[in-house]
Amino acid sequence: MQSLVTPVITTALYFVVFGSAIGSRMSEVDGVAYGAFIVPGLIMLSILSQSISNGSFGIYMPRFTGTIYELLSAPIAPIEAVLAYVGAAATKSVVLGLVILATSALFVPVHVAHPLWMIAFLLLTATTFSLFGFIIGLWAESFEQLQIIPMLVITPLTFLGGAFYSIDMLPPVWRTISLANPVVYLISGFRWSFYESSDVGVGVSLAMTLAFFFVCLGVVRWMFATGYRLKS
Amino acid sequence: MRPILSISGLSKTYASGLEALKRVDLEITKGEIFALLGPNGAGKTTLISIVCGIVTPTSGTVLADGHDVVRDYRAARATIGLVPQELSTDMFETVWATVSFSRGLFGREPDPAYVEKVLRELSLYDKRDDRIRTLSGGMKRRVLIAKALAHEPTILFLDEPTAGVDVELRRDMWELVRRLRDDGVTIILTTHYIDEAEEMADRIGVINHGSLILVEEKQKLMKKLGKKQLTVHLVEPLAAIPAELADWPLTLAPDGLALDFTFDADDERVGVPLLMRRLSDLGLGFKDLNTRQSSLEDIFVSLVSQRGAEAR
Repeated sequence: MQSLVTPVITTALYFVVFGSAIGSRMSEVDGVAYGAFIVPGLIMLSILSQSISNGSFGIYMPRFTGTIYELLSAPIAPIEAVLAYVGAAATKSVVLGLVILATSALFVPVHVAHPLWMIAFLLLTATTFSLFGFIIGLWAESFEQLQIIPMLVITPLTFLGGAFYSIDMLPPVWRTISLANPVVYLISGFRWSFYESSDVGVGVSLAMTLAFFFVCLGVVRWMFATGYRLKS
Repeated sequence: MRPILSISGLSKTYASGLEALKRVDLEITKGEIFALLGPNGAGKTTLISIVCGIVTPTSGTVLADGHDVVRDYRAARATIGLVPQELSTDMFETVWATVSFSRGLFGREPDPAYVEKVLRELSLYDKRDDRIRTLSGGMKRRVLIAKALAHEPTILFLDEPTAGVDVELRRDMWELVRRLRDDGVTIILTTHYIDEAEEMADRIGVINHGSLILVEEKQKLMKKLGKKQLTVHLVEPLAAIPAELADWPLTLAPDGLALDFTFDADDERVGVPLLMRRLSDLGLGFKDLNTRQSSLEDIFVSLVSQRGAEAR
């Protein structure tokens, strides 16, 4: 209950602040009203942070409480364990993304130009970042470590990744720097599926997301092969 | 008969350099209760953890019901149930949910009737809808056992099953272990309560500093290593042991009022009757006699301290 109501309230607050208070003074971005423009960014923001936190807590808690022994002694392959944990984390954040989308539709006119692409980006991003969270959950030795990467790396990258603006609005130097931020590609691709306007090509977005997905997959594979932090 | 569990040349050196197991060989027969005894840090939990797939062995092989626990882990692990030493349980799940989940995790079809049977046997059925977090330590221990039994394992590992549980629960647990054995489950338990091994086990292995010092049937072990001690309480104090009694390794109590004679229980040439006759020939009156047979505990302590001394 709490995990679904919280994002709805948060989204509503974003719309009050950015949509109504500030948005009314903003001009359209790429021909889209500002309130509607930020919807894909907002969804991505939640998907990223929720996927990471679902993925990391999911595997960290059994390690912390010691119940991991049962998973390790069960007759299941590592890939099955990863599928279960990452699948659960990703499912939850996809549901969340859709709830936020529905909530947004109550405030602003949301138009989805390519629903299938939108779903594809949603699934891919949720899975990738749930995997990334899973890695953090395996790596972390304390609750502090569990929180530090999402807080110090992911949150700034997300906010600077064009969730609330188009990077075309930035001075050229910052625009170039922004292109080094992987989150830009996620948000850009996702926004394209809504409004067909994007900061970078949709193909590039897809390729970058897939690349990150395979990097995470490789790291998890290595962790299970070596028993990293799981088996001594 | 093929052993249900066969461990050969099993070694484990941890990343820290700690050599937890040194080429351990062990075979467990189907249907027996095997007690692994050893002081803390001897390697008991490491051994169990390797068999269950929680720790990767450095070298050696383990076959569970004929399946290699590393290469054929699915088949091997499906036959094994593990009750860990620590009380690690989910907190927010109900007893029923967590036990049913364990069954599924180990690849078994749902079977509410079986889960109910397990919970009833462990006196957990009344608590089936309670969240585990609200249960007492003893009840949590029962939940762990129920989880381990949920997939009908043929080999059950109990790592320190009665550490920190009250007397009543200990009795219950011993009772349960016997019932499981009667159902054909092979049970391997570790303990440092020697009376537990003495009470329960068919065979006993003693492990210390990562090596299996000894594996023996309990009865044989008790007989082989058991010492008897005869104490003769004298009427008159003695200043020294008379020369006529030099054939026996006697010790005199400091007050001169008691003679102690320690001998092996299965040695027929100890000559207790002869000693008695010699005492009366010498006119040494005694008012009381008592004999004491050493328990497994004495045997264990002497074994471990002996090997400890050799290691140094």
